[in-house]
Amino acid sequence: MARLFRRRISRTRHGTYALRLPSGERELLVNLVDQLRELLELSTDDPSVRRLFPTAYHDDAERDREYQQLVRDELLERRLAALATVEDSAEADELDEAQLAGWLTALNDLRLVLGTRLDVSEDQDAIDEDHPDAPAMAVYGYLSVLLNDVVDALAEDLPPPTEPEM
Amino acid sequence: MTTVPSPSPVEVDEPVDDTRTEPDAPWIVLVWNDPINLMSYVAFVLQKLFGYPKDKADRLMMQVHEEGRAVVANGPRETCELHVFRLHEHGLWATMQHDT
Repeated sequence: MARLFRRRISRTRHGTYALRLPSGERELLVNLVDQLRELLELSTDDPSVRRLFPTAYHDDAERDREYQQLVRDELLERRLAALATVEDSAEADELDEAQLAGWLTALNDLRLVLGTRLDVSEDQDAIDEDHPDAPAMAVYGYLSVLLNDVVDALAEDLPPPTEPEM
Repeated sequence: MTTVPSPSPVEVDEPVDDTRTEPDAPWIVLVWNDPINLMSYVAFVLQKLFGYPKDKADRLMMQVHEEGRAVVANGPRETCELHVFRLHEHGLWATMQHDT
């Protein structure tokens, strides 16, 4: 059976992941990654990236402060490492699992930051192409498609569940 | 719309720490609905982090989507804090609180 849309990312027979991205899309990703890195290096408290460092305790400000002190640097480090992975492998035709895990994190972080900025809703309607947010919304939609491909590819390799079926 | 059953308690293989003076009320980890995270992504993260079978991860994801939140794990405070950290690492909106 023919496939209408070829996935951009898919598992290969030898356990790696094929990356089929036109060069324009690779450039776009590197550009977005650069922008997010700049924001993160500026401050993790800035509203634009606040979504990447959520509250752990809704009802206990003191415990949340402790939690933030404990994990903030580690969270930041992992996010920056994921961005570096995408940048380093942006030209690759094939990724290993660790690299694709970095792509997963980076793509989702980009969606979170962009989606927050665009104030997207759950049942986001298509916006007019003349709308000032239209280009950013198109990028957001593109990141969603790409992330979904990554999820599908990685889901094939999940280890067997450690919890029995219910 | 059908009702989504609440999840069963999750067994956590953690050694018991007798030195803690904190009341030993178990903690729960909640994931909250947000308009950005993809449904497929949320279900995948729950499978990956907790080793849940796909049907359970999907059911919890749908509970988050439809009811606004779901309890995805429970256990001692430190275990739950680690769960929350890993969920935050994956960009999910997770919090923890005493199971009341």
